[in-house]
Amino acid sequence: MYALLISYPLLSALVALGSLALLFGGVLGFAAVRFRVESNPIVNQVDELLPQSQCGQCGYPGCVNYAEAIVNNDEAINKCPPGGQSTVNAIAELLGVEAPASDEEGTASGPVIAYIDETDCYGCTKCLRTCPVDAIIGATKQMHTVIDTDCTGCGLCVDTCSTNCISMYPVPVTTKNWVWELPEYPVVMARAGKKV
Amino acid sequence: MFSDAALLLSAILVNNFVLSQFLGLCPFMGVSNKVETAIGMAAATTFVLTLASACGYLVYHLLLVPLGLEYLKTIFFILMIASVVQLTKMIIEKTSPILYRVLGVFLPLITSNCAVLGVVLQNTAKEHTFLQSLIWGFGGALGFSLVLVLFSSMRERIAAADVPVSLQGTAIGMVTASLISLAFMGFAGLV
Repeated sequence: MYALLISYPLLSALVALGSLALLFGGVLGFAAVRFRVESNPIVNQVDELLPQSQCGQCGYPGCVNYAEAIVNNDEAINKCPPGGQSTVNAIAELLGVEAPASDEEGTASGPVIAYIDETDCYGCTKCLRTCPVDAIIGATKQMHTVIDTDCTGCGLCVDTCSTNCISMYPVPVTTKNWVWELPEYPVVMARAGKKV
Repeated sequence: MFSDAALLLSAILVNNFVLSQFLGLCPFMGVSNKVETAIGMAAATTFVLTLASACGYLVYHLLLVPLGLEYLKTIFFILMIASVVQLTKMIIEKTSPILYRVLGVFLPLITSNCAVLGVVLQNTAKEHTFLQSLIWGFGGALGFSLVLVLFSSMRERIAAADVPVSLQGTAIGMVTASLISLAFMGFAGLV
């Protein structure tokens, strides 16, 4: 066998490369089974619905941890202020549960946005680097300001500010974001027979 | 024993992969914006580089030399490095989820890090023994880590400095890197 391989360089090259590839393929295949990480697919699906701001307002260090808590520990699904009611509805639909209003906890005061008092800002760029959604513009030693349409109101920038010039204000109600609140009747569903 | 220590020192300082041989410049410029990510990348590279130099020695001396296939070493080494990196990723993911979250993004990047292929090829070209191959790989990785952490700390300071507009970003990074490289030339003749 060895003499045959030595006398045919092409054959030996093919056999050597092929067998090495087979060996590594076998090792990797074995490792894929042996070292498989059991990740819950539902956690990943919930995580995909979350806004990935990693702001921590839900009380968990990141969106993945909150998704894990929702799936494994029956955590409430309405603790995500940046996601708002649309995220709550999406998660509720995925998990097949009723969607609670998003302002029960966390956003008790309604939606807020950050505001920078520009007379005190001296341009340290700390808030700019903290903002998960890039809603703060500015540069070193230049005054910063908040793009109000991009701010999700997560409040992460407030603590980082060197001069305490950032504060959270409720979003003013204008004709563009005003929502006609529907009257709340106790609706009885015919099939399930329970109140919604 | 003395020659081994000299080899280690030579790999770390005199023949530094990044600054003297200009290998692995992609991660050097790419992941040196923050010290934390630089440390993660340095740790992952150290692990893979040491493992790859050991595996490279075995593949070369147990498979290629007996069959007279030395001319195919590059393609064999690339196959080996890709597999070793993938295996490392799987093992870390299973054994240490926290380390995996820190290193996770960088592990696949190491496959395309030319310093890994470089160290294996140098080991064969310099005809190192198994122990010398390990020392060369580990020393090179230490040198890479040292330079990466140094450079990322400097870039964090530069980010806050008043850099002329035309030099901002990667340009000032390149200028800084070449100055560090000049400084490392001072180690020539140390060993």
